[in-house]
Amino acid sequence: MKVLSTDHIAKRYLLGDRLPNSLRDTVAGIFNSKRNEKDELWALRDVSFDVSDGETLGIIGSNGAGKSTLLKILSRITKPTSGRAEIRGRVGSLLEVGTGFHNELSGRENIYLNGAILGMKRAEIQKKFDEIVEFSEIERFLDTPLKHYSSGMYMRLAFSVAAHLDPEILIVDEVLAVGDVGFQKKCLSKMRDIGESGRTVLFVSHDMRAVARLCGRVVWLENGNVRADGQADAVIADYLHEQTNISSEWKADADKRTGNEYANLISARVIDEERLSVQTHDIRKAVGVEMTYEVRGDKVITPNIHFFDESGTCIFVTHDWNSDWKDKPRPAGIYTSTVWVPGNFFSEGRIVVAVAASTYEPMEVHFVVWEALSFYVADSVDGDRARGNFTGPFPGAVRPILDWETAAE
Amino acid sequence: MSQDQITIIEPKRFLSSLDLGDLWRHRELLYFMIWRDVKIRYKQASFGIAWAVLQPVLTTAIFTVIFSSVARFDTVDVPYPLFALSGVMIWLFVHTSVSMASNSFVSNTNLVTKIYFPRLILPLAATVAALSDLLFSVLILGLMMVYFAVAPSSQILLAPVALLMTLVLAASLGTLFSALNVRFRDVKFALPFLLQVWMIASPIFYPSSLLPEKWRLVYAINPMVGILDLFRSAVFGTSIDWQLIGISSISIVVITVLSLAVFRWMEDDFADIV
Repeated sequence: MKVLSTDHIAKRYLLGDRLPNSLRDTVAGIFNSKRNEKDELWALRDVSFDVSDGETLGIIGSNGAGKSTLLKILSRITKPTSGRAEIRGRVGSLLEVGTGFHNELSGRENIYLNGAILGMKRAEIQKKFDEIVEFSEIERFLDTPLKHYSSGMYMRLAFSVAAHLDPEILIVDEVLAVGDVGFQKKCLSKMRDIGESGRTVLFVSHDMRAVARLCGRVVWLENGNVRADGQADAVIADYLHEQTNISSEWKADADKRTGNEYANLISARVIDEERLSVQTHDIRKAVGVEMTYEVRGDKVITPNIHFFDESGTCIFVTHDWNSDWKDKPRPAGIYTSTVWVPGNFFSEGRIVVAVAASTYEPMEVHFVVWEALSFYVADSVDGDRARGNFTGPFPGAVRPILDWETAAE
Repeated sequence: MSQDQITIIEPKRFLSSLDLGDLWRHRELLYFMIWRDVKIRYKQASFGIAWAVLQPVLTTAIFTVIFSSVARFDTVDVPYPLFALSGVMIWLFVHTSVSMASNSFVSNTNLVTKIYFPRLILPLAATVAALSDLLFSVLILGLMMVYFAVAPSSQILLAPVALLMTLVLAASLGTLFSALNVRFRDVKFALPFLLQVWMIASPIFYPSSLLPEKWRLVYAINPMVGILDLFRSAVFGTSIDWQLIGISSISIVVITVLSLAVFRWMEDDFADIV
């Protein structure tokens, strides 16, 4: 069932410096009411999409794409300039945690106040009060004014109230970006619970891993328009591809050779087990990197491939150590080499691949393309991968599934 | 639970209804906001409740010293201190609530930009919260009536009507200025001045009978005239000038309708400009 639909939503802001702030400007404005187009900013131009019951929808896009404006319109904080949206069911929106907290009031008082502001009924807050306090771990300071709280306690209290909000449709902005790792973990698993309990979630974040993990579908906003709307992994891969400008396929320029007089790279691509090109790779499946290159002279050529994570840290390097050509010169010709990385090896996130060919004795690099390829490793929410049921950030350059033995004494 | 609750989001229209149903659905939030404002009001000031008592008492004392010995207004059988206090308490409530309500959006920016609720709740809560001060004044008035041995008549039953009129007037003006304050920061400077002029133009420390008979009905366009007359007649059992009160009542209705219309027209833009 469709629970939320937006129909050609647009939002125009009049730029701040031209906004009449004093009576004098307004009076002057009546006599000089020509407003030229430069004074306007269209935060949203034309946004339409539908969300079904129980769907977890991610909204991504670069800064200024209109994500926050869209959430503000759907939360009814501001009105669209044109277009229409329809929402079926009780909406809870979290564009910030701790909205309306007051420093002079105690933790207990703030729980009630914040709960009411978020749209909870008094009876509902009363029922969940103990749960909220327990979740926040601030029981001892319940009657202390908020102004004496540390920022960590403040955040914990704020999030505890928010986490117990129980709407049919939850709208969440980047609130996960704040707080320590433990706090984010709690937050993510709570959101997973909400998603799994069949409620609808709209989630805006810059953290592509969090979006990929939580959302089944993603809407990509660009300059106030919907650029793409579809399966989370595919849209995120396209988005990241455009952000980094590296794709999962590489081809040499027709008029320029990539390499020296002994060897040059013709093409390279990232492939799945069926040898089809892929942008997104399931963390559980094997992934291959295939390179096609031309060899011209009599040299020992060793193709090698380097894998880097998002931060540019080299995860590992591999070269062809087992082919027939390991230590004898290759005849001229075109060769294709493929390396397979098993499933449950990479960590989730973006992987950048460098493709090269060298001769080791004496050392000579024939070609190296540092940012040749890139693909996205997606972790899913099924329980059969290394992260098991843990939904928080899972650090590490690799993510193998290892055997564990536990014995009771 | 409430799958049939449908929210429609549409552009601002020139004239649209106030959506009082939405206000009703958020009545618990209104209650919490009043409770918050009252709580903070007495927590932040170091003298807390003492202020609520001292302000009307001291103002009344000053008026009494000046006007009962120097100017000598004819307050029709009511001892001047009682007369002054009855005016001062109503005025102080209007003054405090309108001043507080006018700041309700500007001082709660994060609420307006981060969450939806019927915007009317903020100025309403500020207005109602100021009633707590009036409660103390009522107690003081009661004590002073005992002291001056002025017994109320059955007309005292009309006192709540006068207070209700005051509340409606204060809430309307508070709402109007809260909205204007978001867009025009001049309000911050203009409002104290307007309130001062209004105080002098209202029969607070002088009786409305001071004016010639033929001007009195024009004078009643100032709603404070009717409110104060009704309140005093109700409390002190003096005769009631219904004509005066009628004109002031019409005035209150007009002010309320205009204020709500202006508010409704401006409220959709609050989050974008506050």
